[in-house]
Amino acid sequence: MGFFERFFQPSWGVHPDDHKRPAADVPLRILPPPARVYMPLHQHVGGAARPIVLVGQQVLKGQLLAEAQGNISAPIHAPVSGVVTAIGEVTAPHPSGMGFAAITIANDFRECWTELDPVEDPFALAPEEIARRTAAAGVVGLGGATFPAAVKFALGKRLAVGTLIVNGGECEPYLSSDDCVMRDFADQVIDGARIVMHAIGAREALVGIEDNKPEAIAAMRLAAAPWPEVKIRPVPARYPMGSDKQLIQTLTGKEVPADARAAEVGVLVHNVSTCAAVHQAICLGRPLVERIVTINGGAVDKPGNIMAPLGTLVDELLAFCGLKARPARLILGGPMMGTPLLHGRIPLVKGASGILAFDAREATIPPAGPCIRCGSCTKACPMGLLPLEMAARIKAGELDAAVDFKLSDCISCGCCAYVCPSHIPLVQYFSHAKGELAARERARLRTDATRRLADERIARLERDAKEKSALAARRKAERDAARAAGAAAKAQAATTEQPQGASA
Amino acid sequence: MLIAVATLALMGLALGALLGTAARYLAVAEDPIEGKLKDMLPGSQCGQCGYVGCAQAAAALARGEALPTLCPPGGKSVAEALATMLGVKLDLSAVVDDGPKLALVAEEICIGCCRCIKACPTDAIVGAAKQIHNVIREACTGCAACVDRCPTEAMSLVPVPVSLQHWIWPKPAAMATA
Repeated sequence: MGFFERFFQPSWGVHPDDHKRPAADVPLRILPPPARVYMPLHQHVGGAARPIVLVGQQVLKGQLLAEAQGNISAPIHAPVSGVVTAIGEVTAPHPSGMGFAAITIANDFRECWTELDPVEDPFALAPEEIARRTAAAGVVGLGGATFPAAVKFALGKRLAVGTLIVNGGECEPYLSSDDCVMRDFADQVIDGARIVMHAIGAREALVGIEDNKPEAIAAMRLAAAPWPEVKIRPVPARYPMGSDKQLIQTLTGKEVPADARAAEVGVLVHNVSTCAAVHQAICLGRPLVERIVTINGGAVDKPGNIMAPLGTLVDELLAFCGLKARPARLILGGPMMGTPLLHGRIPLVKGASGILAFDAREATIPPAGPCIRCGSCTKACPMGLLPLEMAARIKAGELDAAVDFKLSDCISCGCCAYVCPSHIPLVQYFSHAKGELAARERARLRTDATRRLADERIARLERDAKEKSALAARRKAERDAARAAGAAAKAQAATTEQPQGASA
Repeated sequence: MLIAVATLALMGLALGALLGTAARYLAVAEDPIEGKLKDMLPGSQCGQCGYVGCAQAAAALARGEALPTLCPPGGKSVAEALATMLGVKLDLSAVVDDGPKLALVAEEICIGCCRCIKACPTDAIVGAAKQIHNVIREACTGCAACVDRCPTEAMSLVPVPVSLQHWIWPKPAAMATA
């Protein structure tokens, strides 16, 4: 931590009204198992999982449904016991409202677990074995990024990371699922963090918790008391403190360079819920089949945190908490960076930390006005970018000019759009531009691939022609040889016949 | 003074003459921009632009005989790149860019004649005589070279389906007062 930061609040970011209470103070509730769950195959960054069960097959809770495919992927397990009734398409938690593949299981309500393989002493295991078990349990980053946890372990091990940062920031307003995990399962979080430290070979763990969660800080301090290498570090409540680059800078004073990963400055960040999931995966042998999700927003009657099986429909979660009014808008995740949902028939996924049902007042979007060049967005941007300049370029269709303003460093946190007095949808401009740039890159790769294929075809045609002419030449040679041999034999016969005839 | 002027004038004349002869005798046969333009084109030699192949199309572009919008499989992105390279203003209104396309075999009418396989510039069609053919999606460029070859009209172009990974946030609608 720098000298000035010790006394002053950081200058970046915003301080929205957090709306976390009263939902955060309501005790954790457990959702009664739903009659049907829809388990999507692609709930993580990387390749989608490949189903290994058949329709009609009986599965037990925690049984492997789909295996990881490719280097960066995660397997999917059954959140309830029952019968696989379909492998088909459900609506994805995605702003487009398009579908993706999911496995549907009809619950038999027996809650019958598959055979688990718990470990007595995780610290006796080799780091590689911890990574293998974590990968097999399908643990991914539960803060929302959903990057497979085991891949990060391997990265941390390879780059000899010294510090593990446990992210308990939870800076998004309305959300309190990490808060709930820290309050109720602090032992699991600390134990999980120590297992992760062992897996990556880190010497210390810094747990960053925003100071608007005093109960969580107290619970975590109590749980971490026996372990001096695990330090609880309250950080000022400021959005986006839960973003890894900002949290690393606040806790260690190190700045992650642009285009570099956190591991390259010697730290690795894992969310508190991910640490708890690692504990469950290693010490209890349980795969990731349920999570704590915050149900909040003006339209919810009894907001709070719910422990629910993955694959539960959003509608069922909302019905469990009760609705005061028809939600004017549904959001998966937080209000700043979350994904708008078109309807509630969308399954709960691993990365869903919250589901917000906003009433009409909360969902109002004021009409956008012209940019008055006040510069508020540049002050708010935690990455030190110039959102107004980038948005103006993107609006004019000059994507390359926006890239020159370091569009690639934008973390889409939404601070700029939050402070904008003209209510310009700045993040949408940036998301649009990032998508266009990615499409352009794909088109470029495709053109290269086409050229390679065309060249290969030309080479193949040449080779074919050569082989054909070689074959023809060989046949001709053989034929000529056969003809010559025939002629020779005839001549031979003629010469041998003559003396015979003469003798006759 | 006079000597200096004369020297410089003579030097100028001599060097100018040297440059003039060098330009005549050491001239590069191919327009250097041609190679660059050729690299930008898809290189599948599909012939939809009306030229024999991509090299000929690049030559026509370099001579200024063709418009940067000549390449249908390249779409908008290639047209933009060509226009920037040539330094000409681009009129995109004429480009019918209805997104990337893929060839699709109607399996119930395919007779397995292998004609499309021979026409495909990227070897994207698999099949054998009297077997139903199929298109490898990753290799198909949507150049339509196969469509006319099919005797049973089993080949058609369909838009590439948009997937979750390829979806792009729409640009915000223009602000009323901005």
